[in-house]
Amino acid sequence: MKYLDEYRDPALARHLFDQIHAVTSQPWALMEVCGGQTHTLVRQGIDELLPAGVRMIHGPGCPVCVTPLELIDKALAITQREDVIFTSYGDMLRVPGSTTDLLALRARGADVRVVYSPLDAVRIAVERPDREIVFFAVGFETTAPANAMAVLRAHQLGLPNFSMLVSHVLVPPAMTAILDAPDCQVQAFLAAGHVCAVMGWTEYEPIASRYHVPIVVTGFEPLDLLEGILMAVRQLEAGRAEVENQYARAVRRSGNTEAQDAIRRVFRIGDRTWRGIGIIPASGLTLTEEFSHYDAEQRFAVADLTAREHPACIAGDILKGTRLPTDCTAYGTLCTPRTPLGAPMVSTEGTCAAFYTAGRQPYPVPAIPVRSS
Amino acid sequence: MNTVDPTLGACPVPLVESEKVMLGHGSGGQLSAELLRDVLVPALGAAASTGVPEDAAVIDVDGVDLVLSTDSFVVSPLFFPGGDIGALAVHGTVNDLAMMGAMPVALAVTYVIEEGFPIADLRRVTASVGAAAAAAGVPVVTGDTKVVGRGAADGIFVTTTGIGRRLPQAHISAAFARPGDVVLLSGPIGAHGTTVLSTRESLGFETEIASDTRALHRLVAAMLADAGPDIHVMRDPTRGGVASALNEIATASQVGIEIDEQAIPVPPTVAAACELLGLDPLHVANEGCLVAITAPDTADALLATMRSLPEALSAVRLGVVVNEHPGRVLMNTLMGGTRIVDMLVGEQLPRIC
Repeated sequence: MKYLDEYRDPALARHLFDQIHAVTSQPWALMEVCGGQTHTLVRQGIDELLPAGVRMIHGPGCPVCVTPLELIDKALAITQREDVIFTSYGDMLRVPGSTTDLLALRARGADVRVVYSPLDAVRIAVERPDREIVFFAVGFETTAPANAMAVLRAHQLGLPNFSMLVSHVLVPPAMTAILDAPDCQVQAFLAAGHVCAVMGWTEYEPIASRYHVPIVVTGFEPLDLLEGILMAVRQLEAGRAEVENQYARAVRRSGNTEAQDAIRRVFRIGDRTWRGIGIIPASGLTLTEEFSHYDAEQRFAVADLTAREHPACIAGDILKGTRLPTDCTAYGTLCTPRTPLGAPMVSTEGTCAAFYTAGRQPYPVPAIPVRSS
Repeated sequence: MNTVDPTLGACPVPLVESEKVMLGHGSGGQLSAELLRDVLVPALGAAASTGVPEDAAVIDVDGVDLVLSTDSFVVSPLFFPGGDIGALAVHGTVNDLAMMGAMPVALAVTYVIEEGFPIADLRRVTASVGAAAAAAGVPVVTGDTKVVGRGAADGIFVTTTGIGRRLPQAHISAAFARPGDVVLLSGPIGAHGTTVLSTRESLGFETEIASDTRALHRLVAAMLADAGPDIHVMRDPTRGGVASALNEIATASQVGIEIDEQAIPVPPTVAAACELLGLDPLHVANEGCLVAITAPDTADALLATMRSLPEALSAVRLGVVVNEHPGRVLMNTLMGGTRIVDMLVGEQLPRIC
């Protein structure tokens, strides 16, 4: 298929593997930020074909996985109201809350609908003035512009029955939180190409220089990832720490300024809880005062709801990259895609689910040098 | 309704909905298997299952192997590019018989119709049932029609039951795959599932994919005439897709299966739709292709026979059966790695981005 096959070519992949092997002189630990990248790495078995000691740490970039438990519980509470049609992207439906999930609520009669775009939720709100339409706005900077557009559209149409449960998160604060952690092992980042298509990469430049860590804006196809890994390893081997752009066909330095304007109009930056990590200051998006009446948390008075995680789940360590799914006592036994304990087992982009569907068994982890600061 | 009982959150157990049927229970994946294993088969007694999941049952009637199969069709929309619920209902049951090596003898058709369903649509569906049955050379000999109140059904549900006569060369079962066998696939995958999904109004995108729905019994007859008992397993990878079919075979036969990603025939339009929808083509439903597991010595000749028939012009060799990792299906990826091909867990859920 055009625009896909050329990025999945086995001969070109072998050539890139050879180059990575040729430039690598010592072990390195790289983090791919985005869940989509993790998915490609694991599904294609790329991480197992890298030189010994070059390790991919799977980052926190799965929006489903980092959505905090209490927000899932808020979604479940709102969904159980008889006047609500709850709309969401598909893979949020199976994320376990404290007591149930959206799929099970649907089986019990709740009106839960999968949409492919937040504008579909707005359309439902137009068609069903008798019901409250709530959209579960999760995601990174990638989905934020479309969600902002949905709010603007609802505002333009004067829709009183549309609202959003917002759990938007931002990549750069998560990267600095990972780098600030005392047990951080990450020596270079593959930044998420689609996030950068919206935001550009200027916000990564201070991170690269302050922490002396190479950051390569990278795409999602197998060859994108191999090239991104090669560029990052080259920087590490040369002692460089710059922002480079592998995903040049989609990303420019300034990003998509129109999309950024839409985000800024509707959302403001606020503190956000990340599932398994905790509160990261200034790491999320919240509706601005002007649009706060579209905030489902306020409309349905669920803002005070709190929740606790399953004690066996090490999702936080996995999201930070300090442990692997295969280190978890519940992995593959208590916790499977059929019976997920934590969010990384739910989404196909989640690290645990990616490991599980690839059939990864627990194996000893080679010693990795700790990043010197 | 704005608080959740805090004691329930204190010691969470794995969340498995066990009291209500979920859509995923009908997806042909793991949830469906669990429903059969835990709820249906125990209630029906040992006669309901030989332990090997098959699409149809073989019944010895005075020394003749008759095969019986039944299937309900609840597809939405009713009419889609490449077919409709009527043709699908005929093909589905004819194919379930064929996968046991049986040629169809007669069909029964049952409608459950929702009040208010247009008579014109009923004519259209029935004409399609008639045309598909005639083309397959099998008469519809009996049937039933029920009408339920508005909202109690979605337009029309169609159930077809078929009886067939097993061909004498047929010695096939999901449990008969052996190490060394070759896995053949009769044609491109993913067309039916992606067609139906993309035709659903809510997805709002247009493609040029058409369902692959077709009867496969003539292909099966030709294959059995060619390779006879060398063919060990046949499956049509409908709900749950090729991944589920291969996993069922690996489990039933207690063998491993290895397939090559490069060999998987995914038409470009299907690949594009799957990319957009975040689906794995191996999990998408098919209605017009079959997987055959066959002895290695005659596999090439069988493949050539298949390719000479209109139903299997682009048949491929997909992989091999191995001794290792019994019950597991592995794929050699394009990049040279390996991964496990798992069954679909429940519903196919589109990814976020």
